[in-house]
Amino acid sequence: MNLNTIEEVRDATAAERAGFAWQAGDSWLAGGTWLFSEPQADLRRLLDLRAFGWEPLEVDDAGLRIAPTCTIAQLYAFVPPLDWAAAPMIGECCRAFLASFKIWNTATVGGNICMSLPAGPMTSLMTSLEGAYTLRGLDGRERQVPAIDFVTGNHQNILQPGELLRAIALPASVMRKRAAYRRSTLTHMGRSTALLIGTAGSPEEAFTLTVSAATPRPVQLAFPRVPEAAELRERLLAAIPDDGWFSDVHGTPAYRKHMTLYLAEQIRAELATA
Amino acid sequence: MSYHVNGKTFSEQPAAGQCLRTFLRDLGWYGVKKGCDQGDCGACTVWLDGVPVHSCLVPAYRAEGAEVTTIEGLGSGGQLHPMQRQFLEAQGFQCGFCTAGMIMTASTLSAEEIAHDLPRHLKGNLCRCTGYHAIEDAIHGVRTVEADCPGHSAGAGIGAPAGPLVVTGQARYTLDTAMEGMLHLKVLRSPYAHARILSIDTSAALTVPGVHRVYTWQDVPRKLYTTSIHEDFRVDPNDTYMLDNVVRFVGQRVAAVVAESEAAAEEGRRQLVVEYEELPAVFDPEEAMRAGAPTVHDRGEDAFIRQPERNILIDIHGNIGDVEEGFAEADVIHEGTYAAHRGQHAHLETHCAIGWVGEDGRLNIRTTSQSPFICRDKLCYLFGLGLQDVRVFCERMGGGFGGKQEVLTEDLVALAALDTGRPVQWEFTREEQFIGSTYRHPMWIEVKLGAKQDGTLTGMKLRIVSNTGAYGNHGGETLYHACSEAVALYRCPNKKIDAYAVYTNTVPSGAIRGYGLTQTIYAVESAMDELARALEMDPFALRQQNVIRPGEPMLSLGDEVSDAEVGSYGLDQCVTLVRDALARGNGVGAPGPEWLVGEGVACAMHDTAPPTEHRSEARISLLPSGNYELATGTAEFGNGTTTQHVQIAASLLGTTASRIAVVQSDTDRTGFDTGAFASTGTFVAGKAVALAAEALRDRILAFAGAQLGVPCELCRMDDDGVICGEGRISLTDLHAAAEAAGHQLGLSRKAYGSPRSVAFNAHGFRIAVHPVSGEIQLLQSVHAADAGTVINPMQLRGQVEGAVSQGIGWALFERIVLDEQGQIVNPRFRDYRIPAYADIPRTEVYFADTCDAIGPLGAKGMGECPINPVAPALANALADATGIRFRELPFRPDLIFQPIFEKHGMGMA
Repeated sequence: MNLNTIEEVRDATAAERAGFAWQAGDSWLAGGTWLFSEPQADLRRLLDLRAFGWEPLEVDDAGLRIAPTCTIAQLYAFVPPLDWAAAPMIGECCRAFLASFKIWNTATVGGNICMSLPAGPMTSLMTSLEGAYTLRGLDGRERQVPAIDFVTGNHQNILQPGELLRAIALPASVMRKRAAYRRSTLTHMGRSTALLIGTAGSPEEAFTLTVSAATPRPVQLAFPRVPEAAELRERLLAAIPDDGWFSDVHGTPAYRKHMTLYLAEQIRAELATA
Repeated sequence: MSYHVNGKTFSEQPAAGQCLRTFLRDLGWYGVKKGCDQGDCGACTVWLDGVPVHSCLVPAYRAEGAEVTTIEGLGSGGQLHPMQRQFLEAQGFQCGFCTAGMIMTASTLSAEEIAHDLPRHLKGNLCRCTGYHAIEDAIHGVRTVEADCPGHSAGAGIGAPAGPLVVTGQARYTLDTAMEGMLHLKVLRSPYAHARILSIDTSAALTVPGVHRVYTWQDVPRKLYTTSIHEDFRVDPNDTYMLDNVVRFVGQRVAAVVAESEAAAEEGRRQLVVEYEELPAVFDPEEAMRAGAPTVHDRGEDAFIRQPERNILIDIHGNIGDVEEGFAEADVIHEGTYAAHRGQHAHLETHCAIGWVGEDGRLNIRTTSQSPFICRDKLCYLFGLGLQDVRVFCERMGGGFGGKQEVLTEDLVALAALDTGRPVQWEFTREEQFIGSTYRHPMWIEVKLGAKQDGTLTGMKLRIVSNTGAYGNHGGETLYHACSEAVALYRCPNKKIDAYAVYTNTVPSGAIRGYGLTQTIYAVESAMDELARALEMDPFALRQQNVIRPGEPMLSLGDEVSDAEVGSYGLDQCVTLVRDALARGNGVGAPGPEWLVGEGVACAMHDTAPPTEHRSEARISLLPSGNYELATGTAEFGNGTTTQHVQIAASLLGTTASRIAVVQSDTDRTGFDTGAFASTGTFVAGKAVALAAEALRDRILAFAGAQLGVPCELCRMDDDGVICGEGRISLTDLHAAAEAAGHQLGLSRKAYGSPRSVAFNAHGFRIAVHPVSGEIQLLQSVHAADAGTVINPMQLRGQVEGAVSQGIGWALFERIVLDEQGQIVNPRFRDYRIPAYADIPRTEVYFADTCDAIGPLGAKGMGECPINPVAPALANALADATGIRFRELPFRPDLIFQPIFEKHGMGMA
């Protein structure tokens, strides 16, 4: 929709130059698919990140480096190294968008992460594959944070005013693990009510389960090896209290809890077999 | 900077925050539609350098340097793109508002994507009309359109006359026009469920550059009226002011701002300062009826409002025989309370209108309304104008489903146009559609049934509580409808009904497909199924034993005489068709062995016209070209009546539909029509068309016979001519001769919506339910319809499929949620999910073979009624699969899983 309060769109590289002052009413603009989907009465100026021209996807020995401006379509088309057993999670999480494949042509990975909705599939992907984010402040200083610490609640994250998600890194060590994916929705191909991903090198190696969409922010559990069913259930219930489940029109808290426990056990069982 | 669209270059520049959708429309590319403006519906799909995007989400300036393609730019050299041709050949549209987006999406898909991944690729394109079957056919290149033969048009699945315009983006919808000097109107809506407006400070708003006017309750005619549309305004309460000093629901209009642009109007709206005094509010109708509850309407000026102090808009009480005696005779009693919830029309074209004062001083309103004539009459009343002073008309409309049987925009647009002398446009946002239009009436229905051991019904008792919301509009008539056919379908000597329509401080309910009856059919058909289980009887057999037969009276509230009769009876065929189809199966099994499988059926009866007055006029003339012009007042919003009308006329005139041009829904250019609602497009307007066409045929034959000196009995119509004995005269020559003789080959006929007949429907589902997740999969969906003579089988199937799809959405997942302050928390498509292609199975559609004694050419309307048996058939299948009865809609997994899991799933998780 038209954002009628916007008075100016600027090339975001201006923020790199002297004399730029971040103001109330400023916002970074990546794909714009969320910004343009709701009235933004408080915004006056958009800073378009496209001018940075960041390389969308770079692979090296350390893993995959994703620019925040990488579109969902670009990510979906990514051809991973052959030994990245967890790579199918990329496609799964792209398909977990409620949004059409057409939106993927415009929407960006960074935009979805920074919107920080519980059901944000890019948050699910980056947290469960133990990604790290590089955040850049207005003073140019960068800080690294684990993806799991970024989202703090429904539509909330740790970004300071003007701070920018500069890069996303997925470690090759995790990409080489086996991964299992389960998702629950209330309508066919609808928005996620619960999205769970588990990773493990083998049944005897470290097992990580990440719960998203069912909780206001992702919850991650780490085990030295794939646990027994009862242990997993106990840990989940301890980590997420009864009032810790997300509630909105896409699922009641009781259902999210129920489905999380059910799907977590399926993931556990899948990764427990060699 | 310049922009390239469909091969043309433009130097115009977008505003900073403008999206590509509106920029393209500003440039005149009206094929780019707004369904939601939020990226959810896909109606605005265009290509950027060949890549499909939702243009409402793309910042316009980013299209600079790219090649933009809209539906108007598809195809080349005057040739349709293959996908456009396919959508024509399968008629992959009804209203056509989503069609451009569908085609711009489908035409980018590879054969592989179409064959193996179509549900995912279509999930960003919502269609509310078709139920997606015809769209699927179109994308797969299946041709379903049939040829038209002179004199045999009725009965053939011919395409809609507007089809070529729809698939090329040329069809003009309400806002697909530009006018010099257009002003834009925006409305401030109430944040409170109940409040008195103490003051509105408009001074800051009026200083905003571009703002021309601000209207508050002090600036509008202080005349009570109702927004609902009926021929006789007295059937609805006059409880509404255009703008009021008391607001009764969150979302009610508070003030209107008129400005040079939407942006200025929005800024003016932000500058309004309103002081409210909050009043106690009530949201639940049972609470609202209790002593001491807050009073929603304290005026009591309208005699229509029965008990304002108890918030009862209207109560209806019916009694036949002695129901308590009937229950005393019964061997088995079933009692249950069924909750039928709000549902939105979700037509893709939102409410909108443009008004202006013409050079002749007359008010013109271009709008999206199911009844331009009654809309005109209301405007005349509100502004003290004569009927001759106002013209209201509709071009093509993007869906309605009853939502446009309401005056929701035209009044303020008229006010502003009359006041400013400039053209004024008001377009609802999708959010306004949710918070400021109307819904299906939520109803709570207590049903008590008694039967003998052999299944004979001895007593039927209903208590119905309907939530009309903050205003009464359709509350009375929907309640009468709720009390009628659901109960009248069954022969039972003892019936009792107590029904209440109750005001609450919630968004108003209104007219929607099924019109109150869908809710009680859900309850009664669920209860009949429960009774069958209690009797250990086959639910088909229980129904067959108790449904009325031809010639029997149809009674619900009393045994007075009625103008409704069984003009044709296809219920037995419908039941048999559904039963046989379910018995045959369709080879689709449950996804896994753990899934619970069950079947359910339901029946429905629906009057073919409303009990209120309904009339329609058709005018038809022979043109100098030898073709005809047919003018009807009824409106086309995707319901397909235009196609039926030209088929009826063509059949009677011995020609093809292509020779009949249509003029419609314009108070200046057509005769009167009460409106396109209550399934009257075929039954009443179609009858007027048939009467007019027959009369014109007789006049043509008489004149032709006289011209050639042949007795009239030896003359017959022959496509573009008349055969008179051994001779033949072409219609062009005949027209010339008539003109020379001063003989008029044109006339009009009127039809009246009485007597009425009844249409029948039956639906069956076989479903699978997951014992842990509560997910429901629809394995088989079967619908049988008794529409009398089928005038257009392809189109009738489309109406059934669309209604079934709406029924499935309503029964399974569509759900409006209000918070504790009465505010709707999910006023957008991403949060109020309507069915996408992936959600809807292919329904097997069957037609009963009947011919109605009352309807035109033996036809009965089928616009609304197929929705009626869908929800109860699903409820009954769910009970059959799980052994658990759910009585509250919708059956969404998170709302039903608990008891299913406890009974069936414990071992699995």
